Amino acid sequence: METRSAPEHSCTRERSLPARAGVGFKSAHFSDIEASAPDVGFFEIHAENYMGDGGPPHAQLMRLRRDFPLSIHGVGLSIGGAERLDREHLRRVKFLADRYAPAAFSEHLAWSTQGARFLNDLLPLPYNATTLAHVVAHVDEIQETLGRPILLENPAAYLRFQSSDYSEIDFLREVVRRTDCRLLLDVTNAYVSATNLAFSAEDYINAFPMSYVEEIHLAGYAEDADEIGDPLLIDAHCAPVQDAVWRLYDRALALRGPVATLIEWDNDVPAWPLLLEQAARAARFLDKQRSGFGDNARSEALHDGVG
Amino acid sequence: MTASADFDQNAFVRALLDPELPAPNGLEARHGIPPERRFAVYRNNVCVGLVDALAERFPVCRQLVGDEFFRAMAQRHMRESLPRTPMLFEYGHDFATFVSSFEPARELPYLSDVARLEYAVGQAYHAENATPLPMDVIRALPFDRLAGATAALHPSTHVVASTYPIVSIWRRHMSDEEMTPLELNHGEEALVVRPELAVNVTALPLGGSAFVHALEDRKTFGQAVIAASGVAADFDLTGCLRELLLAQAFIAVGASR
Repeated sequence: METRSAPEHSCTRERSLPARAGVGFKSAHFSDIEASAPDVGFFEIHAENYMGDGGPPHAQLMRLRRDFPLSIHGVGLSIGGAERLDREHLRRVKFLADRYAPAAFSEHLAWSTQGARFLNDLLPLPYNATTLAHVVAHVDEIQETLGRPILLENPAAYLRFQSSDYSEIDFLREVVRRTDCRLLLDVTNAYVSATNLAFSAEDYINAFPMSYVEEIHLAGYAEDADEIGDPLLIDAHCAPVQDAVWRLYDRALALRGPVATLIEWDNDVPAWPLLLEQAARAARFLDKQRSGFGDNARSEALHDGVG
Repeated sequence: MTASADFDQNAFVRALLDPELPAPNGLEARHGIPPERRFAVYRNNVCVGLVDALAERFPVCRQLVGDEFFRAMAQRHMRESLPRTPMLFEYGHDFATFVSSFEPARELPYLSDVARLEYAVGQAYHAENATPLPMDVIRALPFDRLAGATAALHPSTHVVASTYPIVSIWRRHMSDEEMTPLELNHGEEALVVRPELAVNVTALPLGGSAFVHALEDRKTFGQAVIAASGVAADFDLTGCLRELLLAQAFIAVGASR
């Protein structure tokens, strides 16, 4: 069990998330967490759920923040959209980040807003010079406002655009090069996209710019089938992490070394012990890396800059 | 880069919201597989996500009409009115208005007022914190001079007036109370307050919501009584003040002016 920070150190800003396993916070688990003081590396919240003025959400978050590092994960900035950022919303994000001093703020390579309408999904964009310019401008503006680098997450894809000129990884590399942002590698998204678009998930992980990865996400996907009966995977955050994703995670850790890893479980939220068990499993993979496995692969990866 | 590489987000959104439309141009799945089934994943995510958000926001309405009916109704609403901000807890602001004109729900004329009450409960949940007026301060209030005083209400305070017994309906569905037949021939005025962390819903005497609205407009207690009496000639001031005090709805009572 890790020693908790003393009260006088609470709410200081860690420079980055600890290389430990964390979980997405659900208010349904609050009393379990309060009663058991679990050994969790960090908690992650969705920014938009904490943008009200007061009430239980903030009371719970302040309580959590006393004992745990915090990651704030945005779902509403619509970084991948062609429209300019919603400044009002960015201001809300900044207010939240100033208030809770999270160790990390992350968002998605996706769009979710059109005009004054929020679609509540992470929608895809083509990867070309036009969209790159939008994404770079948006990431720049967010980082300037927040005064810190953000982590940009790779999406789960169901389709691709004929107008894409870049691979997803080349696109992410270019965003990193131009904005100096960091990356959040969602291993489940990589696996889901690879299955749906018929490319190798291993190749994707091997090519991912690991030296910029400051957090990993793991979640359980749902399985459907397409027109010809082939698997169509859906990033549903509704189940335990599947074996194929754990294997891919192991590979990613071998390349990256131990890094903050989040178990995301947002739908059909499980009982707290099951969520904790998933985090414990991630922690075992992290421990294995710490004990020296995978060093060769890692040094290869860390010399692989975005140039 | 030519303009043709620009991605038509508007067309994408139109196709997302209208299942009759084909998937937008320029999309591909794996080799030789049409994009329709995959595009449907995004369509479904948007639809299910927002219907779920409404179902979570309006649990009593959902119980009143049943899950299937509620989801069909919520889906219709979702296509007409998307969230205006990424803060989903604000979604459903015009759901009650939609319900009131939703033909298939006509048999439950109180449904839209219950929806208004449930929206107010959600607003109260996320409202700013404030400390209710302590009991000893309340006891020391110069009740004889109250007529000229104004009040500041807790920021979580909402009132919802209805010609149906919405508080009784709401309570029965939020608890495991046995469902006895309910007389629908009287109205109720709901008071919603979250003095600490829990949201409480109680009933004010008739005219109570006009009384609260007047106080919110910084009118004096005397002026608020006149407003309430305009709604209910025999307005029960004592009963109304008692409910407001029990609900801890006051955070300050100002001096006479």
